[in-house]
Amino acid sequence: MRNHTTIRRRTAAVASVLVIGLATAACGGSKAADGDDAPSAKPAKSCVDVSGDTVKLGFINSLTGAMAISEKTVSAVLGMAAEEINASGGIMGKKIEPIQEDGATDWPTFAEKTEKLLTDDCVAAVFGGWTSSSRKAMKPVVEKHNGLLFYPVQYEGLESSKNIYYTGATTNQQILPAMEFLKAEGVKTLFLAGSDYVFPRTANAIIKLYAKELGIEIVGEEYVPLDKDDWTTQVAKIVKAKPDFVFNTINGSSNVGFVKAYTDAGLKAETTPIISVSIAEEEAPNMGASVEGQYAAWNYFQSVKSPANEKFIKDWVAYDGPSDVTSDPMEAAYISLHLYKAMVEKAGSFDVDKINAAADGVSFDAPEGKVVVDGDNHHITKPGLIGQINADNQFDVVWSSDGPIAPDPYLEGYTWFPEATRDALVKAAG
Amino acid sequence: MDSLIAPFLNGTADGALLLIAALGLALTFGQMGVINMAHGEFLLAGAVCAFWTQQVVASTDVSILLALPVAFVFAGLLGLVLEATVLQWMYDRPLDTLLATVGVSLALQQVFLQLYPSGVPVEKPSLLDGQLDVLGYAWPLRQVFTIVLAAGCLAGLGALLKYSSFGRRIRATVQNRALAETLGVATRSVDRMTFFIGSGLAGVGGVAASLIGGTNSQLGTRYIILAFLVVVAGGLGQLRGTVIAAWTVGVVTAYLADWTTGSLAQVITFVLVVVFLQVRPNGLFTVRTRGLA
Repeated sequence: MRNHTTIRRRTAAVASVLVIGLATAACGGSKAADGDDAPSAKPAKSCVDVSGDTVKLGFINSLTGAMAISEKTVSAVLGMAAEEINASGGIMGKKIEPIQEDGATDWPTFAEKTEKLLTDDCVAAVFGGWTSSSRKAMKPVVEKHNGLLFYPVQYEGLESSKNIYYTGATTNQQILPAMEFLKAEGVKTLFLAGSDYVFPRTANAIIKLYAKELGIEIVGEEYVPLDKDDWTTQVAKIVKAKPDFVFNTINGSSNVGFVKAYTDAGLKAETTPIISVSIAEEEAPNMGASVEGQYAAWNYFQSVKSPANEKFIKDWVAYDGPSDVTSDPMEAAYISLHLYKAMVEKAGSFDVDKINAAADGVSFDAPEGKVVVDGDNHHITKPGLIGQINADNQFDVVWSSDGPIAPDPYLEGYTWFPEATRDALVKAAG
Repeated sequence: MDSLIAPFLNGTADGALLLIAALGLALTFGQMGVINMAHGEFLLAGAVCAFWTQQVVASTDVSILLALPVAFVFAGLLGLVLEATVLQWMYDRPLDTLLATVGVSLALQQVFLQLYPSGVPVEKPSLLDGQLDVLGYAWPLRQVFTIVLAAGCLAGLGALLKYSSFGRRIRATVQNRALAETLGVATRSVDRMTFFIGSGLAGVGGVAASLIGGTNSQLGTRYIILAFLVVVAGGLGQLRGTVIAAWTVGVVTAYLADWTTGSLAQVITFVLVVVFLQVRPNGLFTVRTRGLA
């Protein structure tokens, strides 16, 4: 017989479940592995063995979980690059033997698997990661073992490590060019919309400072948690603020909710255009509402005209299927393997310290144009591009920087960026 | 003026969607005592039905109307399968149903990921393109649609429970299973039908949800906790409690989001509900009968 006690007990049980759920949601993505400022006194001795005719390389991306959607193509294109390098004779005559791991959209797993790759599999370098949380989880591991990580996605900057090479854009290669484009367009008022986590918050802090410098007024700033999709309330504020442009630092599927709420409210690209830093060729067709006419800032688009890009697209279609598009993070992953090859061959060794000593000035004729490694901060030069989405969900390049931009992850070359803000942001980013 | 009107209307629409998601739970959890964590994936199934009908029927207006019954039946059938394969041996053991259905929920998400790794795009029907002018606020028609849909679901379910003989059998089974059986009610088939209807309602909610955000494997996860919260806060087995709780959560969150930020609004709303449950552990309405679960 059920009675009141049962009801109360059941309510309590459900309440605890809810609390656990909330706690998990609140912790999600916020806390990666700590202690990156405490490298061990003596790096572990490398167990990399290249005496045979192969070299082992670790590929790690989320093949399962929420990020799998984005990371699977990055993982696949690494496989393609490895095949391509093997077909042309390998790295210093040694064939690449890829060892694939699944980070499973779980940051401690990224750290564990990276450790396994470096110490059990004895790979010469690790390639992959997507979210900043996954990178921050892997960073202390590669530093501890004096390994190498190649990270292929645009991020919030304010980081550099002698054990990581960043082949995606840092803020001065994506966010700042986007602002310069807005200035050139004559934009006077700007509304900031972002997901509530480290990248958008850091990016917007930088955008606000630069906007002041450029004389652009910020008329609103809204954040919605990554796991929420409903932007109706926030879009109502955009309608009211009537900005010239919306700067979008929303990530993942939350973008779909944003675009739907935007069209729901009757906003249009002709009157209130959006510029995004995470919508690429793969995302544009999946918005459930037309994004034709909207803008995105990247360093590579499938529509980029170059012989290297024609070959890249042709190879990718042959490798992965006729309906497949290429995107910026894929391209950055593809070039990371080629840059590694060039760096090893210049150093004449697979030893990490020798590679680091030789890295400066290593270049590659990438699909986005020639890229050059900066040996100091371990980033690469990249052209800043603005694309406008056309009816085929491809991007027409409407603006580009004057040539490749040198990476400046800490924005040290910008007078409007105060030292104190940099320290605070570096600290906040953990 | 519209700064006060906009959150009210938005919140009412959010609450309406929450209500559709919670109505099914009010049946399966509130009435039957089964904690179905896969209810969120039934919403996802409904959203996928919206995508399927759009693939078959070109007109977005026709396809969305067609999607509603399709989603109801499809999600309902999923519910039947879950009831028959897992839950029927677990009545009276709510915590076991919780664990089992969390597993089912994860499995369904993976099935979806295998089929549609980047989610499915659902287009908004052209009928819902415009806005309604309410005291200076351009209210998206999509939200009006959600509210009408929720009202329809509520009226249908209410009428079914109150006036039909089937509804009487549900209530009899819930209130006293043994007595109902001696009176000739086939309680097993009542269980199945209750589960079919509860899960089907989630499917309908999924169609509405597909018009708001991304139709990806995480869709169910976004609603399930809030939906449970609404059912508990409203009082188990209490439709009117569910309605009031859903609407209150929707509107309060919308005002908070307007005054603060989206993230803060979510946190404050949860805290408010937890405090509320401390004061009234049984929710808004408590029925003082002996048998009601």
